[in-house]
Amino acid sequence: MAWFKKTKEIRTDKKGKTPEGLWVKCDGCKEIIYKKEIEKNLKICPKCNYHFRISARERLKLLVDEGSFVEIDENLSSVDPLHFKDSISYKDRLKENQKKSGLKEAVVSGDALIKGYPVSLIIMDFSFMGGSMGSVVGEKVSRAAERSIEKKQPFISIASSGGARMQEGIFSLMQMAKASASIGRLKDNGILYISILCDPTFGGVTASFASLGDIIIAEPKSLIGFAGPRVIEQTIKQPLPDDFQRADFLLEHGLIDMVVDRKILKETLAKIFELLI
Amino acid sequence: MIRYYLEFERPIEELEVKIDELKRISDGKDIDISSEIKKLEKKVRDIRSEIFSSLTPWQKTLIARHPDRPYTFDYINMITSDFIEMHGDRRYSDDPAIVAGIGKIQDMPVIIAGHQKGRGTKERIYRNFGQPHPEGYRKTLRVMKLAERFKRPVITFIDTPGAYPGIGAEERGQAEAIAVNLMEMSKLRTPIISIVIGEGGSGGALALSVADRLFMLEHSCYSVISPEGCAAILWKKENDLGTDDFSRAADALKLTAQDLLAYKIIDGIIPEPLGGAHRDPEGTAKNISEHIVAAFEELKTKTPGKLVEERYKRFRKIGSFIEETE
Ligand SMILES: [Zn+2]
Repeated sequence: MAWFKKTKEIRTDKKGKTPEGLWVKCDGCKEIIYKKEIEKNLKICPKCNYHFRISARERLKLLVDEGSFVEIDENLSSVDPLHFKDSISYKDRLKENQKKSGLKEAVVSGDALIKGYPVSLIIMDFSFMGGSMGSVVGEKVSRAAERSIEKKQPFISIASSGGARMQEGIFSLMQMAKASASIGRLKDNGILYISILCDPTFGGVTASFASLGDIIIAEPKSLIGFAGPRVIEQTIKQPLPDDFQRADFLLEHGLIDMVVDRKILKETLAKIFELLI
Repeated sequence: MIRYYLEFERPIEELEVKIDELKRISDGKDIDISSEIKKLEKKVRDIRSEIFSSLTPWQKTLIARHPDRPYTFDYINMITSDFIEMHGDRRYSDDPAIVAGIGKIQDMPVIIAGHQKGRGTKERIYRNFGQPHPEGYRKTLRVMKLAERFKRPVITFIDTPGAYPGIGAEERGQAEAIAVNLMEMSKLRTPIISIVIGEGGSGGALALSVADRLFMLEHSCYSVISPEGCAAILWKKENDLGTDDFSRAADALKLTAQDLLAYKIIDGIIPEPLGGAHRDPEGTAKNISEHIVAAFEELKTKTPGKLVEERYKRFRKIGSFIEETE
């Protein structure tokens, strides 16, 4: 979780304005880019096609048919089972992140239409505690998967997460088993599951539901893996190759089906639905 | 015999060294210091039970990682007969960080898999310190499928710092290997009994413990992240972290067997002899064996369908959150 530099995000407030500086450094090509240029381009780097992190709400806008999204389980919120305290208490940290992100938790879930196809979906938001998976995230994934079984419609997950949420200790670890078990049920029921991996997806999320998609799609240049690059570097004590854990690296190693641009993701999903369901 | 003492065991060490010395002096000689030895031995017992009755979570972590602590293979040797080891994932290689095979526990044929740490530098490196690669998880799944087909229960031993963070592991899909195990274990149509014998390190431990019954040895631990990792994230001073930081992190993580029992994550605690499992491996093995047999007696009455249904519910209900209703 800690190795992600928070300053790289382009944060958008509720009104969609970006109050911080005019320029931003691209995580893909390290170029300094004019922010407006990226904004105009669905937050994609015009130089290298790196897909900047965007919020769950922004993703919804790009992905689902207008007005079709019905949010479900929005009333779930985290508690503090361990009474976890570091510099501030977990409860205060949650409040702080809720204020900052305008979200109640790190995942938004619901039902929607994608080019007319009904789906159940969950969308993670990295701006809420690094998209970490605690009890609420796990519960929402399981519920959404179960709902897709009930409604006999595809399940879509859009992941962006540093991994398990340390502050919930063993409860957060167990969400990996819970979410994976629900995906297992979904598969036994013949439901299609498409997993979309965005920058960054790591740890407990990659090592559970996000790697279990019948079809796995990554956004260009996204950093995806089990262990974070810094942990690996410290363990093996040698520098990592440049493209290590980037979307193309995963494609090359047979870990994902395709790398798809944000601009054509909706069309791609619709095509898959057309061919499979 | 050279014993390994942890820092908080120093008072015990001093006395035991003294006892050894006295024994050596009296050996074969005509002086009677047996009453003195007896007195010291009682003192050791008292000090030890005092220390071990109030261990901190960090001290428990150190015992869970104790280099003399029995490992999976030690328990396999002590509680099974006719053990036949199986190797390889049939895809890439054999992972020595996980051992798997078939054997008998008190006349009951079982499939066993567990993380294996090494003893001594050479074996430790060979076993990769008990940190599996994807192949290890895939080997485990392969033997678990065998268990399902031949209607044998699966016994797993958990003892790992975590899945290995390396280039090859990432290239070959460490995350996918773990995820698939989680999913497949949740559906496996045969009983699964897991025992945390030492370190339960995050996803790398969970990938062997999606079980119907989960037990922990008294001084083992199970956590989403190691106290060191947690401390590094929280206090970001990496090279400069010490015992105090790890201690605080271990407290915060609630990683002891006692914590996990209170949270109803595990079904029971398997007692260890005074001073830890390594002080009496045979006794510990006997306790483990009894728990396995008792759990199986209960689980074998359930149909595979019921087992899977109950296992799903078991994990499905884990979580701590509130749901507001308008
Ligand atoms: Zn760029």
